[in-house]
Amino acid sequence: MVETGFTVYLLAGAGVFIIGFHALLAQAHLLRRIMALNVMGSGVFMVFIALSARTAGEAPDPVPHAMVLTGIVVSVCATGLALALADRLQSVTGATELEGGPAPGPNAGSGGEESHP
Amino acid sequence: MIPRLVLGTLSLAVLAALSWAVLALPAQPPGLTAEALGKLPESGVMNPVTAVLLNYRGHDTLLEVAVLLLAITGVWSLRQGEFPAADLRERPLLMSLLRVLLPVLVLTAGYLLWIGAFAPGGAFQGGAVAGGALVLGILGGLAGRWMRRESLLRLGLALGVLVFASVCAVTKALTGGLLQYPPGQGGVWILLIEAAALASIGLTLGLLYVGGRPPAGPAEPGEKEPDGHG
Repeated sequence: MVETGFTVYLLAGAGVFIIGFHALLAQAHLLRRIMALNVMGSGVFMVFIALSARTAGEAPDPVPHAMVLTGIVVSVCATGLALALADRLQSVTGATELEGGPAPGPNAGSGGEESHP
Repeated sequence: MIPRLVLGTLSLAVLAALSWAVLALPAQPPGLTAEALGKLPESGVMNPVTAVLLNYRGHDTLLEVAVLLLAITGVWSLRQGEFPAADLRERPLLMSLLRVLLPVLVLTAGYLLWIGAFAPGGAFQGGAVAGGALVLGILGGLAGRWMRRESLLRLGLALGVLVFASVCAVTKALTGGLLQYPPGQGGVWILLIEAAALASIGLTLGLLYVGGRPPAGPAEPGEKEPDGHG
């Protein structure tokens, strides 16, 4: 019975990861992609925590816990940096999507050209 | 753009592979629990997660604190920060909430730092709470004066890495091992690192909310009477 509980968490973690993975590929807007990366990260954290509870011994494995703990803070900071980069891209080129994505919308300005400051 | 069908199939395939991968893992992996708990009396703290973070795997944590500094440096170099345009100090409900909430949050952050030695808590949790408190303070227009003292902010942001690296150097000199604390003194060194890391983490998270380098120059219109709240 205990095993079933861990399995649910592991599979749910994989599912959360895939939701983010799908959004990362399906969505072109950078804001949505940054959110997708965060969702993917949450899935990874979930798998980590579930795995640490499954190790042998009376207590959960503290090593994955420490990794997830720092990972959460690091992912918040990475998100902040990604948002700043996306904002910079928009203010320089007017684009909210990366090149190679779908054709820019009518309000995306003259995307495509990379004007280096 | 990838066709929807292809994308859906690809996602399902990756999901299947991931599910297989997590299900194929051993049901009872040995893990590092025994090692982590076995050395706990020597680590200087009684919380195994804190011991992992700041004793067993201290280098990893040092680099993570450095990553936070890198992230805020990157954000500062990209953008000029923006403060909320509306002066929220004119909203009495928010202000009365903040007057109660901010001291409680600061106290909670300190409590989490202290309790991290023997129960779940520590610099990262306390730093997250402190970061939230700073965001609230910024929203309430209370942090404006501090935001202008950029050298102070820089020092605060770098404090975690500076103290951590200094402890590395000192322990190297004392014991010959990087972050190998002298016997029996682990707790003190860990608390020192964690206090500095908490300040930097909280400041980093709060300043990330501002989204860039704090605006310099003369006081803004909303900053005319901040002294009444100090």
